[in-house]
Amino acid sequence: MADLGRAALVVSLGLALYAACAGTAAALGRSRRLADSARNALIASFGSTAVAAVVLALALVRHDFSFAYVAAHTSRDLSTVYALSAFWGGQEGSLLLWLLVLTGYGALVVLLNRRLLRDLIVWVVPIVGAISAFFAFVLVAVASPFRTQVPALDGAGLTPSLQNPYMVAHPPMLYLGYVGLTIPFAFAAAALLSGKTDERWIVATRRWTLSAWMFLGFGQILGAHWAYVEVGWGGYYAWDPVENAALMPWLAATAFLHSVMIQERKGMLRVWNMVLVALAFELSVFGDFLTRSGVINSIHSFAQSSIGSWFLGFVVLTALFSLVLILWRLPLLRARTKLESPLSREATFLYNNLLLVALCLTVLWGVLFPILSDLFLNQPRTIGRPYYDFFLRIFGLPLLLLMGIGPLIAWRRASARGLLKTLRWPIFAALAAGAALVAAGAGSSRPGLIAYSFSAFVLATIVVELVRGTRATGSLLQLVARNRRRYGGYIVHAAVVLLAIGIAGSSAYGTTREQKLLPGQSMTVAGHTVTYRSLERERTGLADETRAVLDLSGDVHGTIRSGVNHYFAGDSSREVGIHTDWLRAEDTYVIFDQQDGRAVFFKVLVKPLVNLIWLAGFVFLAGSLVALWPDAREQRRLVTRLALARG
Amino acid sequence: MTALVIGALIAAVAVVLVSLPFLLGSDDDLGVPTAEEERRLALIEERDRALAALKELEFDHRTGKIDDADYRALVGPLRRAAAEALQALDAGAAKE
Repeated sequence: MADLGRAALVVSLGLALYAACAGTAAALGRSRRLADSARNALIASFGSTAVAAVVLALALVRHDFSFAYVAAHTSRDLSTVYALSAFWGGQEGSLLLWLLVLTGYGALVVLLNRRLLRDLIVWVVPIVGAISAFFAFVLVAVASPFRTQVPALDGAGLTPSLQNPYMVAHPPMLYLGYVGLTIPFAFAAAALLSGKTDERWIVATRRWTLSAWMFLGFGQILGAHWAYVEVGWGGYYAWDPVENAALMPWLAATAFLHSVMIQERKGMLRVWNMVLVALAFELSVFGDFLTRSGVINSIHSFAQSSIGSWFLGFVVLTALFSLVLILWRLPLLRARTKLESPLSREATFLYNNLLLVALCLTVLWGVLFPILSDLFLNQPRTIGRPYYDFFLRIFGLPLLLLMGIGPLIAWRRASARGLLKTLRWPIFAALAAGAALVAAGAGSSRPGLIAYSFSAFVLATIVVELVRGTRATGSLLQLVARNRRRYGGYIVHAAVVLLAIGIAGSSAYGTTREQKLLPGQSMTVAGHTVTYRSLERERTGLADETRAVLDLSGDVHGTIRSGVNHYFAGDSSREVGIHTDWLRAEDTYVIFDQQDGRAVFFKVLVKPLVNLIWLAGFVFLAGSLVALWPDAREQRRLVTRLALARG
Repeated sequence: MTALVIGALIAAVAVVLVSLPFLLGSDDDLGVPTAEEERRLALIEERDRALAALKELEFDHRTGKIDDADYRALVGPLRRAAAEALQALDAGAAKE
């Protein structure tokens, strides 16, 4: 079976290389037959990669320990679902998943756009082919998941923290996002190579960017919830370099999704959009490099390996390629119009772009600085939470405010008088929310107070926009159907507000207390009394499990079990206890820190509104799907334009 | 052995798929728009952009984002831009 996997990958590499070379020749020589042949090679490359993926999946499910990868990442006692999730639990398997998604996207793109965008697709094929060839080469020559060994009796098993339902969904979701950003990059490069920098590449790219952005965003929320329930340190985002690696391309793609609207309406920011698409792609590959090279120490990264230099070379090469292309086509990318007023919708989009890119580059510097310091100064340094939190407030709060102003300000130019009139209800809502919070005694955290006031402002904006739009069109459904992208975007804005409220509530207004308790003793945290009742021990097939049972009384009532698992394989994991009060969206989070005879050191965190973060994930998904939904009118418009142009 | 046979089979299917466009002997013209078609496409895009901007302005006015004074100041240039785009397209069509 391993031979079949290896053979399928070699075929896949050959096909991807052919798609890259024949595709380039077809585009330059304008040969349809060669272009169709290259396109078929890309589609067949997906088929061949799928065969390799099936071989690995079967080996994992059957516990075939003659595969070194299966022996290193699974064991006989692992359930089928977790055995299958080991596909992306290791370096080689996750690379194969990357190639599978990449060739799958490539095949789908060429099949869906083969007629309407033939002059762009003819260049998209060699670009996706070349990128696929790189990943296929790494899988064939550097990190093969099909290395064999003398079959072992049992495998090393999957890391305990990865045996969690979130780990079944979170990595594939992130991969759909990371890899999906290749498609807008390929279209942008195709537009530059072919010189067809009209609106079509933007229209073709938008949905692919939106879907990649949706997967990346939702994948990060899933990952945050995994960290919250499984890692056991009491938080959901640690500004870990690998977490940041997913955040950076998402921020760049968010900027692109906004700035592309200015290009569509005004023909402006054409160079900027190319830069953003390239940046999002480069950051996704750079994230891959960070995770796989071992240059950073993270619970999310793979072990130190020689693969890093290949990825670094690939990042440098593709960045140079993008730079040269953009510089070469600068004359074609000149803006057709100018910004008419700093007080306009396009101006707010521009400010939003600057803030998003500034935040993205700040995070990038936070990731790069320790690596560069270690490399060039031989001084290991770390950049911690205060750095990121500071810049999140500096750039994030104005972004939140702009999210409220943007939808209510007119395109082209607005007068200050007209704008104030339009914004009077949102301003009132923000002031009322701020005053109510101060009156309720929640004025202790200034960033929290500002975040809540701005959140009220944005929510009021969305309500005002929906009410006015419904009045103008006569029906809410008609209003949304008329511009799904805009109203899907507003739902996403609502999700960001929920996220901001959840983050501000759980961090700025959260309470933490640590105390050593003997059975029968209590501690009080934010009005909740936590009483340590007893200790339970159980030996399962996998581990010795210790659980402290705690009773919750006072403002909330319930029982919490928190403890630690010592796995026979050698690992141990903290099993936190969480009690959720759904009415307040609040969690009481208990960490079993250390045991000292009969006494236990507990860390108790009360996290108000934290559950709004997870709710935000689903609202984000709903809004993205509304915005993504195919619009037949858009397709018809492109077809009609082309038909008219051809007379 | 079976695995290698299946591998060879995959390679054979791939070769057939890649060769198919040559075997079918279809037209070799890529069918990309000519320079003249590209020019017309740009004019059509310009026209659509101007008309969309007018539509957007009307909607912003109806929903109260733009007051009457701002609307009057903005609508004229947009109508002129739309008219110019239509004229440029018509002129191109007349030449043919």
